[in-house]
Amino acid sequence: MPFVPHTPDDIVAMLDTVGVASIDDLFDEIPAELQIGELAAIPAGMAEMDIGRLMQSRARADGQPLCFIGAGAYDHHIPAAVWQIATRGEFYSAYTPYQAEASQGTLQLLYEFQSMMVALTGLDVSNASLYDGASGLAEAVLMAVRANRKVKSEKVLVPRSLHPAYRRTLRSIVSTQGIELVEVPFDPRGGHTAIEALDALAEQGPYAALVVNQPNFFGVLEDVDALTDWAHDRDALVIGVVNPVALALLSPPGDWGKTGADIACGEAQPLGMPLASGGPYAGFLCCRQEFVRQLPGRIVGRTLDLDGKPGFTLTLQAREQHIRRNKATSNICTNQGLLVTAATIHMTLLGAEGLERVAAACHANTARVTQLLCALPGVEPLFDRPVFHEQALHLPAPAADVLRSLAAHSILGGCDLSLDYPELDPAVLVCATEMRTGEEMQSYASKLGRIIATRTQAPSPVAPEI
Amino acid sequence: MLIHDRSRPGRRAAAQAPLAMPEVTDIPAALRRRSRPALPEVSELQAVRHYTRLSQKNFSIDTHFYPLGSCTMKYNPRACNTLAMLPGFLARHPLAPESHSQGFMACLYELQEMLKEVTGMHAVSLAPAAGAQGELAGVAMIRAYHLARGDLARTEILVPDAAHGTNPASAVMCGFKVREIPTGPDGDVDLAALEQAVGPRTAGIMLTNPSTVGVFDRNIQAIAARVHAAGGLLYYDGANLNAILGKVRPGDMGFDVIHMNLHKTFSTPHGGGGPGAGPVGVSARLESYLPVPLVAFDGEEYRWLAEHERPESIGRLTAFGGNMGILLRAYIYARLLGREGMRRVSEFATLNANYLMARLKAAGFDAAYPQRRASHEFIITLKREAKELDVNAMDFAKRLLDYGYHAPTTYFPLLVPECLLIEPTESESKEDLDGFVAAMIAIREEAQTNPELVKTAPHTMPVRRLDDVRAARQLDLAWQPQGQQQGST
Repeated sequence: MPFVPHTPDDIVAMLDTVGVASIDDLFDEIPAELQIGELAAIPAGMAEMDIGRLMQSRARADGQPLCFIGAGAYDHHIPAAVWQIATRGEFYSAYTPYQAEASQGTLQLLYEFQSMMVALTGLDVSNASLYDGASGLAEAVLMAVRANRKVKSEKVLVPRSLHPAYRRTLRSIVSTQGIELVEVPFDPRGGHTAIEALDALAEQGPYAALVVNQPNFFGVLEDVDALTDWAHDRDALVIGVVNPVALALLSPPGDWGKTGADIACGEAQPLGMPLASGGPYAGFLCCRQEFVRQLPGRIVGRTLDLDGKPGFTLTLQAREQHIRRNKATSNICTNQGLLVTAATIHMTLLGAEGLERVAAACHANTARVTQLLCALPGVEPLFDRPVFHEQALHLPAPAADVLRSLAAHSILGGCDLSLDYPELDPAVLVCATEMRTGEEMQSYASKLGRIIATRTQAPSPVAPEI
Repeated sequence: MLIHDRSRPGRRAAAQAPLAMPEVTDIPAALRRRSRPALPEVSELQAVRHYTRLSQKNFSIDTHFYPLGSCTMKYNPRACNTLAMLPGFLARHPLAPESHSQGFMACLYELQEMLKEVTGMHAVSLAPAAGAQGELAGVAMIRAYHLARGDLARTEILVPDAAHGTNPASAVMCGFKVREIPTGPDGDVDLAALEQAVGPRTAGIMLTNPSTVGVFDRNIQAIAARVHAAGGLLYYDGANLNAILGKVRPGDMGFDVIHMNLHKTFSTPHGGGGPGAGPVGVSARLESYLPVPLVAFDGEEYRWLAEHERPESIGRLTAFGGNMGILLRAYIYARLLGREGMRRVSEFATLNANYLMARLKAAGFDAAYPQRRASHEFIITLKREAKELDVNAMDFAKRLLDYGYHAPTTYFPLLVPECLLIEPTESESKEDLDGFVAAMIAIREEAQTNPELVKTAPHTMPVRRLDDVRAARQLDLAWQPQGQQQGST
């Protein structure tokens, strides 16, 4: 019996102690008509060897194509130590540190994570994680509406240049609470959020908050200082949605504008989490000290024990569902502890300089692949503003067809933008992290060149491979 | 010592970053960071040693018996982790085309199908990232259902007082008012109180069955009939699904929507507080509202169903559709168990709980519901010990740590005073359960002879009892570089 240690003798002795004749008798309070027979549609059990064989074949079946997709999930190097340590049983198979004295490992690590996120974002406090970047943004929006004491509005400005999946997630989670999301168009030339676009929406205000995305979904860098000041001049809070690796290079939300953003959130996946089909990842959420009692999720504090020795414990639990029930800041309970474990070890191994090297290498590689691809006829950048590590490109043929042809050559050429932005069609969003080599980028460019040549019926601009 | 205290300027784990640092010339200075973030500067060995040592300060299932009630801390098979972390699964980008995803999608589809069968529900979505997000999705579907029918008066969700705190919090997040239903003296929902509360304003009721007091509600069919007759829907909190897996199905009890905690019943890791996974199952009338994405199979190919294909869906709950790596682990666990193994889960979880309850009762401890069968968990109340010996449930819990046992859940559910909610799970042996009983007896003896020893426990952990009041009043939530002091609020 897998994972059940009972011997026949144990079962007899235990039933005898309980005073019943059989295990079935233990279920005698359950109405008999509810008890079922065999679950025919569930297969019989397997040995580890057999499920191992099946999973190996399924993992292999999907191949390992060359990845130039980013769009919210990035293929970065992960130090070997990260997951070797994170999957130690003491981290992997522990739970939420309710018994602080027996959970100091997890608690101290969470405190260190909070410290690192505070350093990266330039804000005062961080929670111990949310499910992912998109659901984290939803929590940030709910928090901003609660926390804004000057403007009692349920309207929040959300740029159209924010990740489409983030906008959809946001809508699913906050719309049931009467919050109205007002979309801010992006500048068709720069791909950024222009102040004029905000001015045009000002009359529909007031707004509880403005979401500022740095870099935005198109990889484009926003004028975060001007956007922040615009919002603060109108008493709206500023929620920064940021990439933690980019923060090694870019101005942190705490420094934006005259007084800094109020809340920062984002996806921690670039900090040591494999792509893994989209999860588990981890959302982070940081804010200024004055809003800490509105911050949802677990928070760890440092305190003293009976002997005056420092130790760590879950704190401000009066915000949380297990204490406050229907008056809690959020319903979140379990979050993403194991991913935070990985992120903390990852940030420690990279350090500020390592993260900056990664960020600079991604930036350079994306510039390089952009240059190679834009040498092809009909391929050109969609926007003229600087980017971090993604570039939106116009294609001379339907994006879906081009991407399908590339995939047949085991290259994932980018994210098809025309699905969510039909006005940009045909266009793709391309990312080259530090993992992409010059050879891989060349290979992408040459395959794309041939596909375009075929599609556009023009002679190939690239010499055929021999 | 914090990792920050081990930091020295200029030290780093140089093998972990690109060797070259390309100059960044095209990003305007105004958008650049002015100074480097204060992250630790340590060697690779220092990092490895620091976090390995931190891990050793944790209790975990792999190291200790962990009978934390309502959390189902059972063995997490190592194969589930190893196989979910095969390179092909880790490298797959969430936006990879279906042509490069058939192996992965087959696992998800089969998991959907198995969860349908074992819960008796009509359709399943794997999207919610944790139990509480499953609750949010479930209540949002109830809301969508009533709205679609123009039934706008249904503004209340009924929640028993024994429910997990997430239930009322999730209902509020979907814009509902919460109406609390008391628990009767025998542990079942108070039917008379339900009768008074249910009516035209009732959108639904959220129930955990077996409940958090560790008993199966014998009136479940009557409750379902009453709420349905009033036009409300039934929500099943699957936190305690381990108690009935393969024996009884929420769908057969009359539930319209359920969530499952795969990190409990399907043994995916708890990870120090997540990640979880909280798939939802629904009856036919709610199918169109399921959160996206779903996996479809036409006999040849697996396809994603997202917003475009599912226009009535309550939508997307995370950017990429769920905790996929956790779903893989649950799939592997389900295949290792098979149908017989699933049934054994609930049988032996129930045997262990009833055995442990019988032994503690025989040792003179008070069960909160002594006349009832335990489900997969049960409550011991230390009210008598607290009164006679002045040693309370928290003291017992802390002293158990010294004996090498993680404490049960304490002071939950709120309606039983001085309670320990004990869930041994099926993966513990009789010897381990006997050891726990011996520790409880020994602690009670200590409480009689040397109460200070128990009241000041633990004595053998890395720290002694922590000052929670200080933690909340003098907030210290992040390390500060020297010269900067964090203010308290």
